[in-house]
Amino acid sequence: MQISSRLRIATLAAATTALIGTALLGAQAQAQDTYRIGYAISKTGPGAPGANTSTIPNYEMWVKEVNDAGGLKVGDKMIPIEVVEYDDRSSSEEAVRAIERLINQDKVDFILSPWGTGLNLAVAPILDRAGYAHLAGTAVSDKAPQLSKRWKNSYWLLGTGSQYANELATFLDQLKSDGKINNKVAMIAVADGFGIELSNAGRKALEKHDFELVYDKTYPLGSQDLATIVNEIKSLGADTFVAFSYPPGTLGLTEQARVLNFNPKIFYAGVGTAFPLYKDRFGADAEGVVSLGGASETDPKIADYIKRHIAFAGREPDRWASIVNWASLQSLQQAIERAGSTDRDAINAELAKGGFDTILGSYKPGDQNFWQVGQWQDGKFVGIAPTSMDGAQALIFPKPDWKGAQ
Amino acid sequence: MNIVTFKSDFIKPVILGAIIFAALAFLPSLVDSYYMSLAISITSFAILATAWAMFSGPTRYISLATVVFFGIGAYTVAVLGEILPFPVVLICAALAGTVLALLVGFSTLRLAGVYFVIFTFGLTELVRQVVSWYEVNVTRELGRYIFLDITQDDIYWQLLTLLAVLLLTGFILGRSRLGFALRIIGEDETVAKHCGINVTRVKVALFVLSAVFMTLTGAIMAPRWTYIDPVIAFNPMLSFQVVIMALLGGPRRLLGPILGVIPLTLLFEVLTANFPNHFSIMLGVTFMVIVYLLPGGVIGLYEKYGGPNKPSHPNGPPTTKEKTA
Amino acid sequence: MLSYAVFSGITLGGMYALVAMGLTLQYGVSRIMNLAYGELVVVASFAAFVLMTSAGINPVIGLLILIPASFALNWAIYRILLKPLVARAKNRGMLEVDSILATFGLLFIVQGVLLVWFGGNYYSYDFMNSAVNVFGAAIAANRLVALGFAVVIGLGFYLILTRTRIGTALRAVAVDPQSARLVAIDVNFAACFAFALGGAMAAIGGVLVSMFLTFSTSMGVVFTMKALIVVIMGGVGNILGALVAGLILGIAEALVATYIDPGLTIAVTYVIFLLVLLIKPSGLFGRATS
Repeated sequence: MQISSRLRIATLAAATTALIGTALLGAQAQAQDTYRIGYAISKTGPGAPGANTSTIPNYEMWVKEVNDAGGLKVGDKMIPIEVVEYDDRSSSEEAVRAIERLINQDKVDFILSPWGTGLNLAVAPILDRAGYAHLAGTAVSDKAPQLSKRWKNSYWLLGTGSQYANELATFLDQLKSDGKINNKVAMIAVADGFGIELSNAGRKALEKHDFELVYDKTYPLGSQDLATIVNEIKSLGADTFVAFSYPPGTLGLTEQARVLNFNPKIFYAGVGTAFPLYKDRFGADAEGVVSLGGASETDPKIADYIKRHIAFAGREPDRWASIVNWASLQSLQQAIERAGSTDRDAINAELAKGGFDTILGSYKPGDQNFWQVGQWQDGKFVGIAPTSMDGAQALIFPKPDWKGAQ
Repeated sequence: MNIVTFKSDFIKPVILGAIIFAALAFLPSLVDSYYMSLAISITSFAILATAWAMFSGPTRYISLATVVFFGIGAYTVAVLGEILPFPVVLICAALAGTVLALLVGFSTLRLAGVYFVIFTFGLTELVRQVVSWYEVNVTRELGRYIFLDITQDDIYWQLLTLLAVLLLTGFILGRSRLGFALRIIGEDETVAKHCGINVTRVKVALFVLSAVFMTLTGAIMAPRWTYIDPVIAFNPMLSFQVVIMALLGGPRRLLGPILGVIPLTLLFEVLTANFPNHFSIMLGVTFMVIVYLLPGGVIGLYEKYGGPNKPSHPNGPPTTKEKTA
Repeated sequence: MLSYAVFSGITLGGMYALVAMGLTLQYGVSRIMNLAYGELVVVASFAAFVLMTSAGINPVIGLLILIPASFALNWAIYRILLKPLVARAKNRGMLEVDSILATFGLLFIVQGVLLVWFGGNYYSYDFMNSAVNVFGAAIAANRLVALGFAVVIGLGFYLILTRTRIGTALRAVAVDPQSARLVAIDVNFAACFAFALGGAMAAIGGVLVSMFLTFSTSMGVVFTMKALIVVIMGGVGNILGALVAGLILGIAEALVATYIDPGLTIAVTYVIFLLVLLIKPSGLFGRATS
């Protein structure tokens, strides 16, 4: 009995080893008739919903569009893209392993970034060591400026938490000095990297502009039951409600605000508000809700991008990270074409030069020339701040009454 | 058992083990960093599964608290990594693991069966929530950055050393009074009590020992990720993976868990590489196949718990029943 | 403020109880530690979503389709997948290990299939979200419906289990399958029936929860764990225990969120759970195990 069970295990082990052997060999042997792009992303696990909204559709759509056009233009040749993709299962360790695999086994030419702050930071040193550029499309970190110094070819596309908070605080300050809102702000944040980063920056920025934080708490990641929080905030007399939340919490908070008929003059919530899901869920009640991100849909390039995204993925892109990610993919394509070769260093050098023509206009990866504050207006999530940017819309003020729940 | 056989019985496996580990230490100069990352994965799971089985094998408590200790280790490095030299950090991690394991051990080991399973799971969530709350309200930073100059090869060598120490500990334990007491407890707790064994103290001692190794694994692995937050450090999937691997290999023998770790890690690797969009389904099917078609792989080994006498190591000393008979 | 906190805690607790009651039957009577339980809850949520958005069938009506469908599905799961394990298990411990491994596999298969069909995105729809005034507190109607179901099912099953023949049979199997056989109870049938019934309850939970929670394919584990906590805390196999445990946790969460810190809501559920186990190792209403 003992012998036979050990034998079975040994057989199992041997069979698996043989299997992995063939699997590994299969991945080798590639000539340079394709440009190999690899990525490991959270197809499953807690990161999956985010990755499926902001990142995966853009990667897939970009590859399809490039290949439908015959491929990347390298010198006078058209080279199609070949994709190697893995699922990092939302785990740092899996992400690290998958990137090692892409570099050493698959020997891909370029690696696209995973989803989320944690995973992007986990893979950054490996990409740096192997000389790959890192276009971190979905990481928000106050260390972003140090990080891009630390890892020379890394670009932190969504910037720091402070920038969103500062822009919001400046914007609110204007409303306050116009006498439109009182100085009371109620702030709630999800107890996860993003929420904490933004609420810390928000607290500082708001206090600097003489706002009084009448409510300043966090709720645990995964909690969608926020009725008691909204009920308490409702009684505090704040004209401004700010939530640095994730999509499930954003929807939960909005829902509760509607049920309790809590209708502050400024209702700011997000991530998730700029997702198409939000509009689908709340319909006309999305009108006037403020969040981070935004898109100038009057800009023909953006409008065209949104149209193509709907045609490809069957749904709209979100109006924040998706747009920035798309701009970074356009930049990559142009960098390869400008370099005129698939040489990694040449492409990295081009990426660093910037000046790419993208849906964000002239763009260098890492530029923060996108909307920091946006608002749902008439079914579109438009940009309202920085007010100095082209196409900035006037704020709908105050937020209209909730219609859905009486 | 006379002294002479004891000695040869003791020395042969140790020398053999030493040779194998010495050979494994040269791995980094032979393979590229992809295989190194695979080797790190196997070694770390080998430690976790062996340490898990060290406690759960004889006592039959299925613990889902592996990641609690693993995460505590990782956090110790995140907090102290840039202040203290790394060996001191490791000692601190071991101490933190010991204290927590003592607390948990004394308060929970009177729970039985599935109550213990869910309790340990609840503990994971509780620790994660408390760490989150502390970070949010006290340090006001949720994620922590770990910028240490520790290479992949360093991590591998540290893990390999830890595994060697763990196996040696387990080997000696199997031949010690404590190990003997454990085997009696494993056979029949009431008998053990009648023999004058302080059952609780033995169990807690073992729980602590196993926890220290888990904590150290977390501490050694942390520099690999640059950034940790509570969700990353206390990912409950890790606990499940360790249990499954150890159960597949056989938790009652010293080398059993490793026999589960190697095929499963490789299998995960093949599935990840070849089925990026169907990983879940393939993994599920594999589990089903193991449960239904390989009962000898999982259950057969598990059966030994209540089954006839089997030595707890292939070359190990006689089991308690033979001895007490 | 207090009355609002208590009331929203009760609705929250009702949801926990609702999701947990099926599991307590599956584990208590059929002795299957079903780790895929939460996946079955999520399957029902997605089914309700599809019925609602593509066929325009409202979720409460949809229950009429989904309850029997889920009963049949779980019956089949037990007959095909779990019966062989029950048959070959020599004792309860072995069955526990076997069922943990098998349903762990099932968990991944169900999740994988959902992932292929629905992708990893968040899903949510708008149904019965209008506010209802209860004792001066505005509560969403869909939450009241869920609470109502939880109470009706909880008390209903309590009565069935204690007052009817089949209920007595189920309880007998839960206490001691060997002896139950001696008094001419078809243990296999009872176990299968309880498992399927538990699955049907999971479907009810999934459908009702989908009316007010944002869900995704990866959320099953969350439900499984919440349900396990409630089941263990209430005492395995005790429906009324699950109801009480769910309500305690819900009210505690709401009170902590109002008076201490919303950041500690999840922590407090685990503190209460751990305390209950330390004081009463077999749960609030559990029998002492031998």
